[in-house]
This record gives sequence, structure tokens and C-alpha cells, in this order.
Amino acid sequence: MQEIKFTINGKDVTGGKGQTILEIALKNGFDIPYLCYHPKISKTGACRMCIVRVNEVMLKTACTEPAMEGMKVITEDEEIIKIRKGILELLLAEGDHNCLYCDANGACELQTLVHRYNIDQVAYEYPKRNREIDYESSEGLKRNENRCILCGRCVKACGEIQLSNVWSFTDRGGHTHLTSGLYEKIGDSSCVKCGACVQLCPTGSLSFQTVLGRGENWELTKESSICIYCGVGCKIDYYKNKEGLLVKTIGHDDGPNRGHLCVKGRFGFDFIQNGKRLSKPLIKRNGVFEEASWDEALDLVASKFIEIKDKYGPDSIAALSSAKCTNEENYLMQKIMRAVIGTNNVDHCARL
Amino acid sequence: MTNSIREVPLSEGFLVIGSNTTENHPVIGSMIMKEVINQGKKLIVVDPREIELSRYADYYFQIKPGTNIAILNGFMHVLIKEGIFNKEYVEKRCEGFEAMAKILEKYNPEFVAEICGIDNPEDIVKAARLMAQLKPMALYYAMGITQFVSGVNGVKSTANLQMLLGNLGIPGGGVNPLRGQNNVQGACDMGALNAVYPAYQPVASEENKEKFEKAWGVSGLPTKPGLTIVEMFNAAVAGNLKAVYEMGENPVMSDPNQHHVIEALEALNFFVVQDIFFTETAQYADVVLPACSFLEKEGTVTNTERRIQPMHRVLPPWGDARDDWWITMQIANRMGAQWDYKKPEDIFEEIRMVTPSYAGITYERVEKELIQWPCPAKDHPGTQYLHKEKFSRGLGLLTGIDYTPPAEETDTDYPVILTTGRILEHFHTGTMTRNSKILDEIVPEGFVEIHPNDAKIYNITDGEVISISSRRGSIRIRARVTDRSKPNVVFIPFHFFEAAANELTIDALDPTCKIPEYKVCSCKIEKIYL
Repeated sequence: MQEIKFTINGKDVTGGKGQTILEIALKNGFDIPYLCYHPKISKTGACRMCIVRVNEVMLKTACTEPAMEGMKVITEDEEIIKIRKGILELLLAEGDHNCLYCDANGACELQTLVHRYNIDQVAYEYPKRNREIDYESSEGLKRNENRCILCGRCVKACGEIQLSNVWSFTDRGGHTHLTSGLYEKIGDSSCVKCGACVQLCPTGSLSFQTVLGRGENWELTKESSICIYCGVGCKIDYYKNKEGLLVKTIGHDDGPNRGHLCVKGRFGFDFIQNGKRLSKPLIKRNGVFEEASWDEALDLVASKFIEIKDKYGPDSIAALSSAKCTNEENYLMQKIMRAVIGTNNVDHCARL
Repeated sequence: MTNSIREVPLSEGFLVIGSNTTENHPVIGSMIMKEVINQGKKLIVVDPREIELSRYADYYFQIKPGTNIAILNGFMHVLIKEGIFNKEYVEKRCEGFEAMAKILEKYNPEFVAEICGIDNPEDIVKAARLMAQLKPMALYYAMGITQFVSGVNGVKSTANLQMLLGNLGIPGGGVNPLRGQNNVQGACDMGALNAVYPAYQPVASEENKEKFEKAWGVSGLPTKPGLTIVEMFNAAVAGNLKAVYEMGENPVMSDPNQHHVIEALEALNFFVVQDIFFTETAQYADVVLPACSFLEKEGTVTNTERRIQPMHRVLPPWGDARDDWWITMQIANRMGAQWDYKKPEDIFEEIRMVTPSYAGITYERVEKELIQWPCPAKDHPGTQYLHKEKFSRGLGLLTGIDYTPPAEETDTDYPVILTTGRILEHFHTGTMTRNSKILDEIVPEGFVEIHPNDAKIYNITDGEVISISSRRGSIRIRARVTDRSKPNVVFIPFHFFEAAANELTIDALDPTCKIPEYKVCSCKIEKIYL
């Protein structure tokens, strides 16, 4: 990529030819606000929050404007602040942005910008359209379009990441709104519940069925791990609340999945905490399973293996290892069979 | 995978054969869809059942189950006959071409179309011509290639085709098997297989025996390869296998011919199950040990593209559950071993010493870097794609392979072909997904897909509970009338214990790798009259 040099707020920066002002600014640590832009999808240029001043005169949307050699970019001045506030006020007036009963409270990009630009009241009386609320039709997704700011991220997430093309805009002007499938409810559409749209939604317009009532967003903590299902090995951030209950999963950008997940990675985690887990060692006595201590159970297993090995030879014992366990655990399983019991009778479901 | 997931955008086209990618490896499926739909890349799909990808394919071949080798031979026949294969690549990097070409002679499009039950032989010609133009083309497959008595030959055929096209050892090409479990690659790499130590070092070799005896401080390691899964159950029924230690598997649900598996488990003197749930298999155990789930443990896993990634402890252990490695260590030590691993990293450090392809990988590196094996040294960046300059054996071996029919062909008693697989919302034996509220709500019960013509013949309506039987068993299951498969082919997902597909499947094995033929057996359909 050909290198170009220009300035942002008087500071020299370099970027590649063809990159936008916003891409280069973000990379260099400049904080330009945006709502419709997202690095995972193509450029939209709809919300106008990212307007910057170019060469002292022009106002350009940084997310779509290619950076040019020698240009001078100012990311914020009095007029830009006024415009951004105006945009936010219009957005607030158009929908039902009451954070008290919103799933995204505390994790909302609109809320963050409203605070940043110090908006303390809704400036316009505007007919709050009673748009679609659908908390029922989909097992995985919830939708309240009154919180939608028409940024289009969900449309592009579905069309460019998941390729299901479930979401689209319909109608025109002030009547523009979102629709799914063939004007169906989201649960009746061809949605595969990958959750890519929810993950990219900047507000609480789209949400997961699993989050409400499981703690405030600012109380959640996260830790990354690798999905338990297929062999793609998606890296996932697992969010849990103060009580340690899993709340949601968000695809991690560093994994082979690059942030994307499928319905199993998205919703297939609550089996861990559903109360049906084994929690104590069990020993079968006279056909009935009874709880036992670890020492009791482990001693029994070891003594039985020794007894059978002595009586019938090491090849009378076999192990089934697991493609669901870690490398370390599989390594120890083949090691115990070979080095301790003395047989190569070890296999796992790779063959199945 | 010979190549990497991030190379999907580098391919000019894709051959997807025996993989319902968008349902079983959905994230890779979406990446392929993006290239095909949004970038206009080419796609050829071979699958007995219509899948999402087949809708967007330039050529879609709806073959009869079990005829993969015939159609792959058909493509290669055209490439050779028209002289449009990659001659330079074959000359420089492969051997065995003449012998293979001879075998391929008879696989003309008409002959292949007859075997595969497809209507347009000329599409085989067109698809082969298209493949020759795609530089590079990536081949993706999954269990739809391997789960046959001719599974190994199926895999070899995919490699033959990609070598003929010159698509191995280059970015964006490759033979890319999509592995179905999050650490099936790692479990194989670690030697949880009957004939090899970690990194596929044969147990039969004296040199390896000495190497591992030295590393582990033991003597007398066995050199005779052990039993594979299905062979274990046969040995148990025959009375030769007395005890089984099972960690995180559910053979009653996952293995073919369920009645035979149960008979085997009941014949054992002692059976230990180590799992997170009381599975269908656990009820046959003598001792059940509660293990930590994946979010309660640390360690590494290796994905389908040979990438080693760290798992972190997100939650504390459930109840009195323990790490699988800790449990195994405790059993070993109570049998006289003196293992002293304090944490998974201690085990990994030992793995590095005995596993050449993992030698350069550390916990510190996998936290920060994208590393794919082979990675022989700490300063080695890992390997994005295999067979770059030469194949592991030197020259790539082209092998002529004849099509062979499945073990069980339809007859008057069992006139319908049964094929099995997974669906998007559920996973394997359902232990996890059927215990996940939302996934179980989306698809709460099993079903059999049956063609409208067959539904008419048997007087079956959509949603009706019918009976499906094979020589091994019989189940009752709800019919889903759909034309996704051809008439006389039915499909059952195997996740549902109430209507377990594996009561019906056949335990015929591939002679080399012992994989069972889950993808095709014969069955009969019966209406249930109340």
C-alpha cells in the first residue's frame, strides 16, 4: 500500500492510500465518534456522527472519506460539536430511548455519546412511532425497534458476515424501518440465530434472550476461551454476572472466527449450569449408584485396574479418550494406558 | 486442514464434498458463502442431500450416498482426457500418474453418472473444466467423505484430485478436512490412538519405544498396536476385554449399532465413566467420576487448521467435579506411578519434549501468537499451510482407486438408503446442546427426512410418527416430508436418544482406519397404524 502523510489535529500521521480518515485516526488513537461504522462491515456513511473538518473548510464523514496526502483534519471544533449534538437529539426524539428498561443500559454506544456530548434533555417533540417490539418469536433474539437508530449494522452483519440476508430496510424517509425475511417476525424468518446482528447493534434494539434479569452490564465480567463444539475453534468471550451465572457470549476478534459465532457458540453454554451436572463421584453397589468420596472412588478404580491387569493381562483394559478434552488430558490418558497399564488399547471418537 | 481458515478469501473457487459446512462448521460456511455470493467466486458442491451451499453452487451433484470416489474419478478422468490438469506440477512433485491414469480410463462421465445416479453426465465435464481454471481451488470435506467402508480411499481420492490440479502446497488451495470436535485434532496429535504415540510416532517402532521409555522413566512399553473403538466393543462381547476407562465419550449414542455397544458394556467386568453428565452410557458404569466442563478448566486445544489455542478458567468447578487430568493422574499414582503435575502447563512442557511438531510451542506463545503446528522450535513461526516445497514423503503419490459399493446395499427387505448426520442447532450425542435451553427449544426432537414421493408411497404425512428399521434395530420417529434428498434416501440426525439413529446404523468398518459406515446403510419405512 502506498504510504500517505497528513495531519490530524496538527499532528503528523501516516496511513495507506485508500484508507479512510476514520481508519487511520482510530489506529493513531484519535477518538472520533461513530454509530453506523463498524470495522467488520463495509462503509455506510449514514449517521454523520463522524464528520470532521478537512482543510479548514469542508465537513466530511471520516468513515467514507479517503485520506489524501497533505490534508489537514480537525476531529472536533465548536461547529462539529453542535452538529453532533443535533444528530443525537434527533435520534433521541425519534425513538424510545429509556435506558431504565433497556437491555443495553451501560453497554450502549448511543448512551455513551449522549453522555459525552452532555445532552440533558430531548430537544424536540417528535411523534414516537410505535415500531415493532418482538420479544417472543425467536428463541435466541429479542427485538425492540423503538430503540433502533437505523444505522444499518445489523443489515450488513447479516449480509456480509453471516450471509443470511435476513435484515433489510423497508419504506422511505421518516417511515424507514427494519424488516426481517419476507416481512416476517424474526423467529419465522430464515434467521439462523448466529447473533452477529446483536453483537454489532450499537443500542438495545437487538438483544439476546439470555441477558435480561441477569445483572447490569457494568457488573458483568468476561474471560475468553475456545468454543467446545466443532473443530473451527472459535475464540469466545464468556460473560458472567456477580453470582457467577453465564449471561452471554461474544465472538472474539483474535480467533479463527474473527468475532463471528454460530447458534451453538452463541447459545450452547447453559448446559454447564443447568443443575443436571454430575457433582459427586458415584459407585454402583448392588445395581444402585451411591455417592462416594473421591478417595473411595479413585482407590476402587485403581485397585480394580490392578486386579484385572494381574489376572487377565494389560490388554484386557482399554481407554476411550475424548476429543472434548484438552491436549494435556489426552496426553495423560494415552500415557496412563501405555506407561502405567501397559497396553496400546486407547482410542477416541476421531474414528467415528 | 493442509491450509488455513484465513486463506478462504485467497481461493478462486471451492469444491465442497461431503460437508454440510453452513450447518456443521457454520463460521467457515459463512466465510465460503461470502466469497461465493459477495465476491463471485466459483463453487462446486457434491452431496446426496441439498444443503445451503448447493443453492449457490455453479454445479451441484446430488449423488447417491457412498459414491464419492466414482465422481472424483469422473472429474479426474476429464482432466486427464482433455489434458487440462496441471502437468508441470504432476511432473515435478508427484509420482504414480501413469498407473492412476490407467485406472481412471473407464470413469467416463456416462459410467460415473450411472453409478452416482445423476442425470447430466456433461455437467461432470463442465465442472472439471471449471476446476482446471480455478487457480487455486480449495477442497473442503467432512464426514461425508470419511464415514464409509471406503473412507480412506475417499480421502486419498480428494488428494489425487488436488495434486492433479496442482492445488496442494499453495495458499488458498489444499485438502481441507473440517474436524467435527473442538479438539479432535489435538486428541490425535497427542496419541490418543491405538497405534501411535504423540505426533503420530508408531508404537510398533523399537526406536520410539526406547524414546518414550526414556522420557517417561519406564520400561517394557508395548509395541503391539491396540484396539480401535469398535474393535474394543467386539473384544468385550467376545470376553477378551474386561475393563474400560472412558473419559468424555458417549458410545451408547455415538457408536454404530447401539444394541451391540450395550451388549459390550454389559459384558465388561469393570467400567469407569468420567464425564460432566450422567450420559446414556454412564448407566452401564461401575464408577462414575464427575469432571470439570470446558469453561472450568485450563489447557490447550488444537483446531481443524492445526492451530493451538489456550482455554481459560471462566467458572469454578461445578460441585465436587475435578479436572480430567487431575483424575487421570490420581488413578495413575494410586496404581504406582509417581506423576507430579501441578497444573496443565507442566503437562504441556512434557508434551513439547516428546512431540516434535509441538516442540516450539509454549503457553506464553499461544497467549500472544497465532501458531499452527508443525512448530519445531521456539523461534519457528509455525506452519500456515503444509506441503509447501515438497510432500512429507517427498513426491506426492497419485494412487488409482476404484469405486467400491457400500457394505450394505438395498434389497427387497430393506429397500431404502439411510444416511445420518448433524444439524445446525445440535451437536453429536446431544449431551451439551440438548441440555442447553435455547438450542433444545429450537429443535426439541428428532426427525427423519423423507421424500414426498416416498411419503406418498407409504401413505405418510408431514409430522406423522413412523417406524424406521434396519437389520440392527428399529426406532419410531417423526417424519419431515422434504425433497432435500432424492427419493428412496432418508436422513436422520443422530443427536436424539429418543429416536437414536445409531440403533439403525451399521458397524461395518473401513479396513485401514476402522471408521464405521455411518453415512449409508439399508432400512425400511413403515407407517404406524394405530
